[in-house]
Amino acid sequence: MKNINTQVNIAGLKLKNPVITASGSFGFGREYSEYMDLNKLGGISVKGLTLKPRQGNRPPRIAETPAGILNSVGLQNPGVEAFIKNEIPFLRQFDTAIIANIAGNTVEDYCQMAEILSDADIDAIELNLSCPNTKEGCMIFGISPNGVASITNQVKKYCKKPLIVKLTPNVTNIMAIAEAAEAGGADAVSLINTILGMAIDINTRRPILANNFGGLSGPAVKPVALRMVYEAATRVKIPVIGMGGISTADDAIEFMLAGASAVMVGTANFAYPAVCVEIADGIATYIQKHNYDNIYDIIGKLELNT
Amino acid sequence: MPKVLREKIKRIENIAPGIFLMNIESGYIAENAKPGQFVNIKCCEGLNALLRRPISICRVDRSEGTFDIVFQVKGTGTEFLCRKQAGETVDLIGPLGNSFDIDDKYENIAVVGGGIGIFPLLFLLNEKKATKKTAFLGFRNKELIVLRKEFEQASDKLNISTDDGSEGYNGLITDLLEKDIVQAGYDMIYTCGPTPMIKKVCNIADSSSIKCQVSLEQRMGCGIGACLVCACKTKYGDDWEYSHVCKDGPVFSSSEVIFE
Repeated sequence: MKNINTQVNIAGLKLKNPVITASGSFGFGREYSEYMDLNKLGGISVKGLTLKPRQGNRPPRIAETPAGILNSVGLQNPGVEAFIKNEIPFLRQFDTAIIANIAGNTVEDYCQMAEILSDADIDAIELNLSCPNTKEGCMIFGISPNGVASITNQVKKYCKKPLIVKLTPNVTNIMAIAEAAEAGGADAVSLINTILGMAIDINTRRPILANNFGGLSGPAVKPVALRMVYEAATRVKIPVIGMGGISTADDAIEFMLAGASAVMVGTANFAYPAVCVEIADGIATYIQKHNYDNIYDIIGKLELNT
Repeated sequence: MPKVLREKIKRIENIAPGIFLMNIESGYIAENAKPGQFVNIKCCEGLNALLRRPISICRVDRSEGTFDIVFQVKGTGTEFLCRKQAGETVDLIGPLGNSFDIDDKYENIAVVGGGIGIFPLLFLLNEKKATKKTAFLGFRNKELIVLRKEFEQASDKLNISTDDGSEGYNGLITDLLEKDIVQAGYDMIYTCGPTPMIKKVCNIADSSSIKCQVSLEQRMGCGIGACLVCACKTKYGDDWEYSHVCKDGPVFSSSEVIFE
């Protein structure tokens, strides 16, 4: 078997393969390191960080729905300083990219975190403009093109790492949002975050989630995610990272054909802790089977029906 | 250390309405599991019941390399699980979570279980070396009483209550514990079951200054401590924090849990 090159370069962020664990699904990698070799991951987007530690929302925080889950964790995390002190040294033992996902209540929060993390030993920053689960709602920054362009532009001034802007699907026109991120100076965009949803217990007549609403993820969202990734990729020149319900290498390849330069995998990790390794191997096998030279022979190679 | 395992089902039995006992061949779980721990089971392939289902370990047989789980059919996942046949394999991760403190220094213990929360307590009774072991088990009705013989064998005294009085004491199992608590001289109480019951047990234990450990339940995602969905409130100095049932628990000391 010839050596399959699945390396990708995303705005200066070099990944050994295009498979990244999605923020919120993988903690800081510690727990999963008992089940898999973290060296085999393209990257890890860590649990969403805030300036100060956050306790998150009341439980229940999860509800299973057809082919998916709703979650409302509400960004429980130890804060950016504890991340730098306690988690980066652990993650750096492995040969994989570290992406710091950040969320804030104010533009100043985001800028301050970007500044702090620019001096930390990480490889990229992912701007979470799309968490649907906090009261203050960082999603508020992500739902209008002006909001996205403006916050991206502000954060960019403080950010010395490649800046990935993570987009919410809870918008009317994803193309305008992606363009706004690019115009604001994003080095890449990642999408989709979860779709706002709800589940009801008919016996108690109450929502299952304590927070009433939550973010839908898993295979149920895949067709919507794929369409949005395609639309975004046709509109921007910066790389697109695709996610939404990816559970297999075939799913990942669909996103790459639609224009994603890399993919993120979230919900599937819960059922199969080593699934990202299988997905990365499966992509390599696909490239070999079709006699392609490298990963760039797949990215954006979708041919639409006429 | 927990592992992802594919193990063979040796036996599956419908032991009460909607309740199934599954005996699974697994030298690894039998050897390594401690009372209070659970396995996280992928009940079916494909897109149904996406998440694994956490189920407590009820019994291990180290000589034959098997363990038992007992579960109630409650939704899609357990619906699939109960239809599995002997000889089929089951995909599980385990043993997960922390375990009950069964140190030899506790010599006179009580276990208090309600409904489908009783199962980890059987494992505990079988593993615990103590001079005196008393079991209190509460059920909705006579039909739902399961593993009675096993609990009788594993304890010195078994007390049973039912909500409708169809068997044993007519009322809450915590009434029996409360009556017994002064003269019994327990040095440790372990409990698992519905929240109102475990809350009451913790209150009874605390007011008699008896140590108490409680096994909690919460909707889980990953089961390994990464996704942070199975939050429960615990004391943190003068403040509180959200701990996680799957990794920090499922067993907590009654003095650290904050019931909402």
